[in-house]
Amino acid sequence: MGSLRLGYAVNYATAQHRRARGKDMTYVWATRSAALAGLDDAALAVLDSFAAPRDPEAWFGAEGAEDERRKSFDALAALGLLEPADFRVPIAPDLPALPYPLGTLVLNVTNKCNLSCSYCYEYGEDRINESSRGPALMSEETARQAVDLLFKDSAGRRNLSITFFGGETLLNFPLIKSVTEYANAKARGERRRMSFALTTNATLLTEEVIDFLTAEHFGINISIDGPRATQDAQRPFLSGKGTHDVVVPKIQRLIAVNRERGGRPVGARVTVTAQSADVQTIYQHLAGELGFDAVGFAPVTSAPGRDYALTGENYFTLLQAFGVLADDFVSAASAGKNHAFSNLNDLLRELHQGVNKAHPCGAGLGLVGVSTGGELGLCHRFVESGEHAIGTVTSGLDEERRRAFLEAGHVGTKVSCHDCFARPICSGGCYHEAWVRYADATQPNLHSCEWIRAWLDLGLITYARIMDANPAFFTRYEEAS
Amino acid sequence: MSRITPLNRKARRIAARFAGSFADAHALAPQDPPLGCTTIFAPGWEVDTDGGTANLCTPIERDLYDCHHSCYWPAQVPDALTNSPNWAQSCGAPVNDWSKIDLVFP
Repeated sequence: MGSLRLGYAVNYATAQHRRARGKDMTYVWATRSAALAGLDDAALAVLDSFAAPRDPEAWFGAEGAEDERRKSFDALAALGLLEPADFRVPIAPDLPALPYPLGTLVLNVTNKCNLSCSYCYEYGEDRINESSRGPALMSEETARQAVDLLFKDSAGRRNLSITFFGGETLLNFPLIKSVTEYANAKARGERRRMSFALTTNATLLTEEVIDFLTAEHFGINISIDGPRATQDAQRPFLSGKGTHDVVVPKIQRLIAVNRERGGRPVGARVTVTAQSADVQTIYQHLAGELGFDAVGFAPVTSAPGRDYALTGENYFTLLQAFGVLADDFVSAASAGKNHAFSNLNDLLRELHQGVNKAHPCGAGLGLVGVSTGGELGLCHRFVESGEHAIGTVTSGLDEERRRAFLEAGHVGTKVSCHDCFARPICSGGCYHEAWVRYADATQPNLHSCEWIRAWLDLGLITYARIMDANPAFFTRYEEAS
Repeated sequence: MSRITPLNRKARRIAARFAGSFADAHALAPQDPPLGCTTIFAPGWEVDTDGGTANLCTPIERDLYDCHHSCYWPAQVPDALTNSPNWAQSCGAPVNDWSKIDLVFP
């Protein structure tokens, strides 16, 4: 196999791609293939020769150096940077072989929470679950059935993971402990490996809990919104009392013990609202003062018009702040050091691995959510929404509904994504966000397009800057994850 | 001379596959022998090596056998893995023995 050229006369043109100018080369990210290559000026000139469609055969022979031209052409065509101009290759909504083996279970171990966050999608104005459908706490029996389902429906996978979610997960700590034990024992019997993760608001982190989570190498994500004023305003106790001073010492203790035991990075997950868009101050507090290994920001999920919903201006400020953090990231990476800004870390990993998503995430594919009552949903955000149920732990996965959802959620069906360079990584964005905005989980999140494209440009520029300064930095992203 | 450097994993996989087109990618070229009909005995499929049809494989059993033996094209030939493992057993050298290939009726 040497050439992608077709055997008959056909015009070729530059295919969709995105560029970032580097020191010695231009970094080019091809949309269709998600390949990222460095082109010198001569190669760039070849690419630009096809800005208007032309017949490559005529171009090869025009000015001598035919072999050189053919070779450059073939390389660019192979990377997906040049493509036939006279017909359009469709983005076919092909699904992987189904039923797709599960890899991750998200267990909503409780519906209860001891906080009353202003923007909560579980209890607030934008809730999706038909509340009081399920019990407040997941039972031991339901949890075991869920674990059994994970083992049964994960043929061929060696590594399985369970993420505990809520409500406030630690309100059902006894269940977390027993599920961990049960799944570990089962995995040993089948020569498989478990990994566990949990999201918590940190209010209930005791010595016993910290000891257990770090001993079991949990991936720990803490929902926290920043310094005292922000945290207390957005994430108060049910009584209205602030949580900042309660959680900070607990978090510091957790991070210290985890580090001592060589645990996985402890992450902070920050919800950004219209009232808390000062990302740099928040980052400094969480990474600098509290010592989090990773800090990730998520714009609040909200129907438009809520007073916490982000406005266009907020998004612009947020992007500027991300730009400043990216500068900081580049300085660290150039010196071979880690940086805690996890949104950018994740984006660089995806760019470097050439991720090209047919679905925006693993919901309903390798991942399902389980409600406290044992209902299966696309992910933890969809559990207890009858409309999006895809089975129960007792009856198993409803493969027909699962398939219907995966067909509808495929980027091939999202026509507005087909001309967008962000497609390989965005793929239309979060199903839950789409449901809240458009009452349809499989709609692309068109309200976020400009933001996502700007964010991916920032990612590509950052990639270029780090590649210029310290290419060895990228070896950390070589392993599949 | 232009220079195209595959950087991310996807680009490197493509470069390994189309090694001849990438000056920087020789070290990553795959070690497997090339697979495909045109590299082995059969002169080709839609067109012959001269670009015409005069020297196309004849008879068609030769093509058929290639689907089974040197190319993986399972839809076109009896399933030799489970249902018809011996369908081509009597065909030692296809150039001579092509007429001995069994017919399989599903």
